Amino acid sequence: MFRDITIGLYFPGNTIIHRLDPRIKIIIIMMFITSLFFITSFPPYILILAFILFVIYLSKVPLKHVLKGLKPLILIIVVTFLINAFLTKGEELFSIGPLTVTKEGLRQAVFMALRLIFLITGTSLLTLTTSPISLTDGIEKLLSPFKRIGVPAHELAMMMTIALRFIPTLLEETDKIMKAQMARGADFESGNILNRAKNLVPLLVPLFINAFRRADELAIAMEARCYRGGENRTRLNELKLDRKDILAISLSTLYFGFIISTRYI
Amino acid sequence: MADEIIRIENVTYQYGSGGEDNQLTAIKDISISVKRGEYLVILGHNGSGKSTLAKLMNGLLLPTKGDVYVNGMNTKDQDKIWDIRQTAGMVFQNPDNQIVATIVEEDVAFGPENQGIPPLEIRKRVDEALRIVEMYEYKKHAPHLLSGGQKQRVAIAGILAMKPDCIILDEPTAMLDPIGRIEIINTIKKLNREEKKTIVHITHYMDEAVEADRILVMEEGRIAMEGTPKEIFSQVDRIKELGLDVPQVTELAYELRKEGFDIPNDILTVEELVKVL
Amino acid sequence: MIIKIENLNYIYNPNTPFEKKALDNINLTVEEGDFIGLIGHTGSGKSTLVQHLNGLLKPTSGKVIVDGIDTSSKDGNLKEVRQKVGLVFQYPEHQLFEETVYKDIAFGPKNLGLEKDEVHSRVKKAMELVGLDFENLKERSPFELSGGQKRRVAIAGVLAMKPKVLVLDEPTAGLDPRGRDEILGRIQKLYEEEGITIILVSHSMEDIARLVNKIIVMHKGKLVMEGETKEIFRKAEKLEELGLGIPQITCFMRRYKSRGNPVDDTVLTVEEAKRELINYLRRRGNV
Repeated sequence: MFRDITIGLYFPGNTIIHRLDPRIKIIIIMMFITSLFFITSFPPYILILAFILFVIYLSKVPLKHVLKGLKPLILIIVVTFLINAFLTKGEELFSIGPLTVTKEGLRQAVFMALRLIFLITGTSLLTLTTSPISLTDGIEKLLSPFKRIGVPAHELAMMMTIALRFIPTLLEETDKIMKAQMARGADFESGNILNRAKNLVPLLVPLFINAFRRADELAIAMEARCYRGGENRTRLNELKLDRKDILAISLSTLYFGFIISTRYI
Repeated sequence: MADEIIRIENVTYQYGSGGEDNQLTAIKDISISVKRGEYLVILGHNGSGKSTLAKLMNGLLLPTKGDVYVNGMNTKDQDKIWDIRQTAGMVFQNPDNQIVATIVEEDVAFGPENQGIPPLEIRKRVDEALRIVEMYEYKKHAPHLLSGGQKQRVAIAGILAMKPDCIILDEPTAMLDPIGRIEIINTIKKLNREEKKTIVHITHYMDEAVEADRILVMEEGRIAMEGTPKEIFSQVDRIKELGLDVPQVTELAYELRKEGFDIPNDILTVEELVKVL
Repeated sequence: MIIKIENLNYIYNPNTPFEKKALDNINLTVEEGDFIGLIGHTGSGKSTLVQHLNGLLKPTSGKVIVDGIDTSSKDGNLKEVRQKVGLVFQYPEHQLFEETVYKDIAFGPKNLGLEKDEVHSRVKKAMELVGLDFENLKERSPFELSGGQKRRVAIAGVLAMKPKVLVLDEPTAGLDPRGRDEILGRIQKLYEEEGITIILVSHSMEDIARLVNKIIVMHKGKLVMEGETKEIFRKAEKLEELGLGIPQITCFMRRYKSRGNPVDDTVLTVEEAKRELINYLRRRGNV
C-alpha cells in the first residue's frame, strides 16, 4: 500500500517555526547554506550546530525524525569522507595498502562530512516544518519579481502543486498495474538488468497512457473552473509578513552575517 | 426569455478536422432550452453524444454549426467565456482527475482564486460550499485519502464556490460504489431544491433519472425522447431499444400489462406497484 | 475443491502507524463449478481477499491452497497458481500496453512459455470467448477500440491463460447497460459452456441475483454471510444492516407479501416475479 506514505516528510505542527512565513524560511535557509560555505574552520560549526538544535527545539520535531532524513544520503556522506581522507596530501598518519591517510586528509574528511550533514539537516528542517503547499506558495512569491525576465513563477508553482497532488494517485496506480500484469504471469523481480528493464514495458506503457489521460481530463476540468494562468489570480491564504517574521529574518541576518564574518577575522 | 438559462439552437458538432472521412458527427442539429431552476437529466448510452453536449454547454467545445447561449451570452463570444464558465459550472466523471490541490479547502478555493475573488470572500465561499456538500469537517484533509463519493463532493463544492446558476454534471456517479452514488444523488437533489441551482445531470443510470423534472434521451447525436420521467419510463420497449434500462418494477408492471392485467403504465417505484396490485 | 482458505489473516503495513487489519480469520472453500458472488462495501476486504486467491498477496497468517498448491510455501509455484486462477481487476483496460490486440492477449500465454502455435490458438479462442472478431481486430491497436471492446480485450488476456477459476472484480464498472449486458452474458457463457469456476465481485445486487448460485458477504475484513443466492437474499434485514441491499424486484415481492398477499418472495429476477404474480393474480381473480 503506497497510499499511506506521507509525501515531502512534512511533520505537521503549530509551533512558531511552522507558522513562520514560508518565504522567510526559504530565505533563512539560503543564508544558512551560504554561511556554511564560507566556513573554513571548525569553531563556527558550533554556531551552526547551535542554530540547528535551536530550531529543532522550537519546532518540536523529534530529533530521531530529523536524523531519519540523513539515512538515504549516508552513502554520499561516507563516500565524501573517504575521498577526502585518502586523497588529501600531507603528513602521513597510517596507510592501508596503497591508500594513505594523512592528518590533513582526516581533518578535511571530518570537515566535509560535517558540512554535508549540516546542509542536509538544515534543509530538511525546512521541508519538515513547511507543508508542501505553503512551500510552493513561498517559492512562487519569491520568484515573482523575476517574472519580468521570463521566469514562469506561477507555472512552476502550479506544476509542483499538481505533481504533489498526483504522486499518491500514480503510486497507487503503479501498484495496481504491476499486480494486474503479474496476474498474467509478468515477472518484475528476476532476471538481469537488461531483462528487467524490458519487463518494465508492460508497466510503464499503461502508466504513461493513463497519466496522459489524467492530464488531459485535469486540463479540461481546470479550464472549466476558469483557470487562465497566474494573471489576476487571488489566493485563499495570502502570505502576509508579521512581527515574528520580521524578527526572525533580522536575527538570522545578524547571526549568519556574524558566522560569515568569522572567516575574515 | 428570462426564465431560460441555457439555449441550444440547431447545434451540430463534429470531431476531427480535414477530410469528410475523418469527421465524426457527435451532435446532429439539436435544439434544447434549459429552464432556470430545472432538474434536467440527459440519458443515453456511451457514445450517444451526451458528454459532447455537456461540454458545449459551457464553452469547453464550440459548435460546428448553430449557437449555444448561456444566460444570453453566446459561447462563441471570446470575451464572455469566463462569465459563461462561471455561470454554468461543470463536474466530471472521474473525481481523481479534477481535484487540483493537496488539501480539500485549497482545492475548493481554486475556482474563486481563478476568478480573482478577494481572500476573505473566498474563505466565506469555501466554508459555505463545503457545508452544503457536508464535507466541512474534512477541509484540512488530503483528497487522495477520501472515498470516491467524498472526492466527488469536494469536486462539487469546488464548482459551488464559483457561485454558478447552473451545474452540469457529466456522469458524476459512473465511477462510484452504491454508497458514493447515493451521496452524490442526494447532494444533487439538495443543490436543486435548497440552493435553487439549475441542474443538468448526464448519466446512463435510469434510476437516477426518476426524480428529474424532465428527461432527454440521446441516441446517435440526436434527441430520441423527451418528457417527464413518467412519460419516458412508460415506453419500456423504446428505452430498451435505445440500450438503456428501466427500473425492475417498471419492467414488471409493463410485462404484466402485456399479459392483460389492468396496471397503469407509469409505475416507477416499489410503493406505487404495491399499491396498484 | 479447487481453492481452500484456512484461518486467513492479512495485515497491511504491519508494525507501522498505518497498520490495518484487512482480513480477519477467513475460512472458505471454493468448489469446482461454483459461480460465486462476492459482495460487500468498498473497504470490506473483498479486493484484498481476491488478491490472495492467486498469490499476489501472501497471508500474514493462515493458508490459501489453490488446486493443491500452498501459495505461501517457499517452493510453491506462483506462476502455476496465477495460471490456474485468472484475475481480472477493475477497469482492466487500463493495463493494456501492446501495439496490437493480438500481442496484448498473447502476453499471458507467452509468459507461461508456450509454443507459438499454442499461443496462437489460445489468443484466437480467447477472442472468440469474449466475442471479438479475430480476423478483423487482431492487428488493430487496442487503444483505438471502444471502451467496451477494450475491456473485452483485457478479459481475453486473462482467459488466454486458460484459468480454472476466473475472478472478476466489478467487470461492468463504468459500462452502460448495453456494455454491461454484453459482458455479463459472456461471463455466463464461460461458466455454462467452458465450465470455468467463477467468482464475481459486484455492487449490483440485480446482476448478482441474475447470475450466481452462491454468495459470500464480506464486512470489515470478516466473512459474515455465506450461502446459496436465495438463502442470502432472504435475509434482507441482515444485508441492510451491513449497508447492502437486495434486488428491487425481491424488495417489491417482500413488500407485497407483507401486505397480505401470499406470494413467493424469494424471486430474484423480473422473469420469475412475472410468472409468480401471474399465477397468483389469476388465482385470486378466479376466487
